[in-house]
Amino acid sequence: MNKLVELHRRFQEEGSATFDRSMIDYIHRAAATGLYEIRGLGAKRKLPHFDDLVFLGASLSRYPLEGYREKCHTKTVLGTRFAKKPVELAIPITIAGMSFGSLSASVKDALGRAATELGTSTTTGDGGMTSEERRSSKTLVYQCLPSRYGFNADDVRRADALEVVVGQGAKPGGGGMLLGMKINERVARMRVLPQGVDQRSASRHPDWTGPDDLAIKIRELREISDWEKPIYVKFGATRVYHDVKLAVHAGADVVVIDGMQGGTAATQAVFIEHVGIPTLAAIRQAVNALEELDMRGKVQLVVSGGIRTGADVAKALALGADAVSIGQGMLVALGCNHDQYWQDGAFHSAAPDYAALGVTPGHCHHCHTGRCPVGITTQDAELERRLEPEAGARRVRNYLKTLNMELTTLARACGKQDVHHLEPEDLVALTVEAAAMARVPLAGTNWIPGSSA
Amino acid sequence: MCGIVGLLVKKPELRDSLGEMMVPMLVGMTERGPDSAGMAVFSEPVRAKNRKFSLYAGDLGFDWAGFEKTAQSTFKGGCVLAVKVNHCVLETAADAAAVRRWLSDGYPGLHLLSVGRSIDLYKDTGLPAEVAARYDFRSMRGTHVVGHTRMATESAVTPAHAHPYTAGEDFCLVHNGSLSNPHSIRRKLELQGIHFDTDNDTEAACRFLEWRMREGDDLEAALQRGFEEFDGFYTFLMGTQNELALVRDAFACKPAVVAETDDYVAIATEFRSLAHLPGVDHAELFEPKAQQMYVWRA
Amino acid sequence: MTPVEFDLRKRSVRELNEFLHRRLDGTRRVRALNPDGAHAIAVGINAPIDVDIEGHAGYYAAGMNQQARVTVHGNAGPGVAEGMSSGRVHVKGFASVAAGAAAHGGLLVIDGDASLRCGISMKGIDIVVGGSVGDYSAFMAQAGRVLVCGDAGDALGDSLYEAVIYVRGQVKSFGADAHEEPMTEADHAAVSRLLAEAGFAHDPGEFRRVASMRSLYNWTADANQEY
Repeated sequence: MNKLVELHRRFQEEGSATFDRSMIDYIHRAAATGLYEIRGLGAKRKLPHFDDLVFLGASLSRYPLEGYREKCHTKTVLGTRFAKKPVELAIPITIAGMSFGSLSASVKDALGRAATELGTSTTTGDGGMTSEERRSSKTLVYQCLPSRYGFNADDVRRADALEVVVGQGAKPGGGGMLLGMKINERVARMRVLPQGVDQRSASRHPDWTGPDDLAIKIRELREISDWEKPIYVKFGATRVYHDVKLAVHAGADVVVIDGMQGGTAATQAVFIEHVGIPTLAAIRQAVNALEELDMRGKVQLVVSGGIRTGADVAKALALGADAVSIGQGMLVALGCNHDQYWQDGAFHSAAPDYAALGVTPGHCHHCHTGRCPVGITTQDAELERRLEPEAGARRVRNYLKTLNMELTTLARACGKQDVHHLEPEDLVALTVEAAAMARVPLAGTNWIPGSSA
Repeated sequence: MCGIVGLLVKKPELRDSLGEMMVPMLVGMTERGPDSAGMAVFSEPVRAKNRKFSLYAGDLGFDWAGFEKTAQSTFKGGCVLAVKVNHCVLETAADAAAVRRWLSDGYPGLHLLSVGRSIDLYKDTGLPAEVAARYDFRSMRGTHVVGHTRMATESAVTPAHAHPYTAGEDFCLVHNGSLSNPHSIRRKLELQGIHFDTDNDTEAACRFLEWRMREGDDLEAALQRGFEEFDGFYTFLMGTQNELALVRDAFACKPAVVAETDDYVAIATEFRSLAHLPGVDHAELFEPKAQQMYVWRA
Repeated sequence: MTPVEFDLRKRSVRELNEFLHRRLDGTRRVRALNPDGAHAIAVGINAPIDVDIEGHAGYYAAGMNQQARVTVHGNAGPGVAEGMSSGRVHVKGFASVAAGAAAHGGLLVIDGDASLRCGISMKGIDIVVGGSVGDYSAFMAQAGRVLVCGDAGDALGDSLYEAVIYVRGQVKSFGADAHEEPMTEADHAAVSRLLAEAGFAHDPGEFRRVASMRSLYNWTADANQEY
């Protein structure tokens, strides 16, 4: 009898794919609050990504390089088109723009130290340049965003490169966001805002709209910086093919495209999940645009949005990127979603603080609250101390080293003496979507869906 | 990704210098639009029965002589052809619809750039200065002119994508900005039987306005409807047989500046293009207000 | 002392800016002749010098200015004095859109009208306009003061933060969160000082104060805010 009741019960509990648990929760939440959900990180849903591509390593027809005896070069130069002083990096892996405000000053310091040690760059963010970051980061890219928070001529002169941000992958068409609990005295002062205000940046630049006017703006920045520094143009991946061409016409030295997996510390969830295209679909469009303009190698391409592993880096390079930029991955390296933090010489459990946010380590996206259990995306004086710059720098350095080692391992396996010699023909796809988006054949076939070639 | 220029001379004695005044204006917009240039000149209308057809052959190495022979024999009562490099103005009293059909049937590779009694239209790839020299824009005469320089995104910089766009007769439009609902407008017009050459947003706006005027609206009423239907950012400069008209959307993000004297009214995306006009130092200089129609009559 | 002259029909804007940045060598006054609407003239200066632009300037004249006193003897294109931190910029004619955009300090005086978005995203600059200002002026203005001797267009002070606007003429409409407030003694004094600095002889008593209602500073579901 019990079995029948049990069977009945299970039969009645029929889930709906359209109105599943998370959709029901979403509607309940909307009904309760009257406001969209705001959260951190990037698109969470499963998307065609680098994992769907694999390398064709050495065999009879291609010979590998030895692991460490035979050199595999990783030097990368960005900004050769117009700048007197291009950016020279030891590795093609940079640290993406994340604001002071969304992150603490200690984090900016830690990132800078790690980047300097590995010979790569960090990028400011929607809050301006902190002295900590400028001091600790040998190569610093200074962002010029629609909000222009903290954007001033002295910092332009102090920067090693400038990055005009048209948009980012998490929210192409939207501006930055920082909630009141993270606008403390210092953040407020740097951004010229009242403390505690829920800050929303503009989505358009105040003094230019469109690629023809961007060309004039880039010219102005070049004039202010005496033509010394490379000027990057960054945008979220949407109409990538046209946007890259327009950016080149507008005078960009470097183009940065950020796919929808790109993270943020605070944005409307609906924006993160439903606007922008996967990084995989963006890269080839960008490369084709550059090739058609005969700008491959003259205007460099940096790709970001869900770059996590050395394999991701290698695949991005193989598809045509000159470098990648990592944001979320760096924060995870620092301790994001770790169940412990290191402070005063010992590990401490962060479990109670995750619980206070209603989550468990590994499932937290509450950067926007400023209550980061491991002291990363916070402005709280107490929580901030959970991320010690030197300890954090060590972790990020280790992560960068690991990425670079994985990158060179894969490149050597494909017979490359230089990671920039990786090419699309080194890859095949495991799914039809990935094959179509990345424009590489489905493994075992000659088929690239969606192309007439 | 482009620059627009317009010029209307108020005094008949200046009609001969229209081209001379216009060329520096067009060249001034080179940085905004280095890839292609176009210009529509409006001059005294030809006889009521006649129409002028501006034709562009691209790089075909087109046999204009052969074309003329065929035209003369097809259209009894004759026609006059004025050829410049790969461009030709064909004037004839033959029925306009018949001529259009004859062109599309017999010469599908030839681009019909404009039809009208006053308008002559030129579009080509290359730097504005090169295009101006190729067609000797300097010698053009007329009452008013609308010009455009373009920064291309397509690999093939085709004349079909270059401005000015025309629709109907004696009407053209150039555009700086980006409409956000051009495809919906195009589909709506296609249902009315209007044919499009491209999916370009400017063509959508041009054919929309021409459709409204065909339905009986004057230019102002058509533009008023445009304000309601167009979404996005735009500065439009239009030419009709006897008018030059300018309008900016409510946000006015795309720039425009006007210089007006007793002799002329000149419009450009940037003052740079107006800086060398005669008497500009004493001109009334102003920026057109958002969502207001400015119409100057020749 | 004779000013150093640059004829921009013969020399490039780049040469001029390089001189202003690196080769002043005690020069106190520079004149830029025949600007003809060129862009980025006299940008990024960081010295207490006088620069006269003898004609109409294009975009971003005196952009990111520090300490210098720049005068445009004509009209200025979009973004005049954008990002300025200190110093003084004076436009004798009219200014195009986004005058003083995102600027942190200093004084921008416009004798004629300013177009749309005057003072957009401003962060501490003072802007004094002898004529009227266009729509969306002081949009997202965070700090500083805009003084308008003429009228203001639509959506004045939309999403205003702590910047204050003083208007003498009509306001076509107010932006979200902006409204008129009574003038205080301090306001009258501020208006007097700004008028004097700009050289306009108006009665401070004719100006009205526009400031933020601060109701959009934080999200509240029940407040029916436009987001």
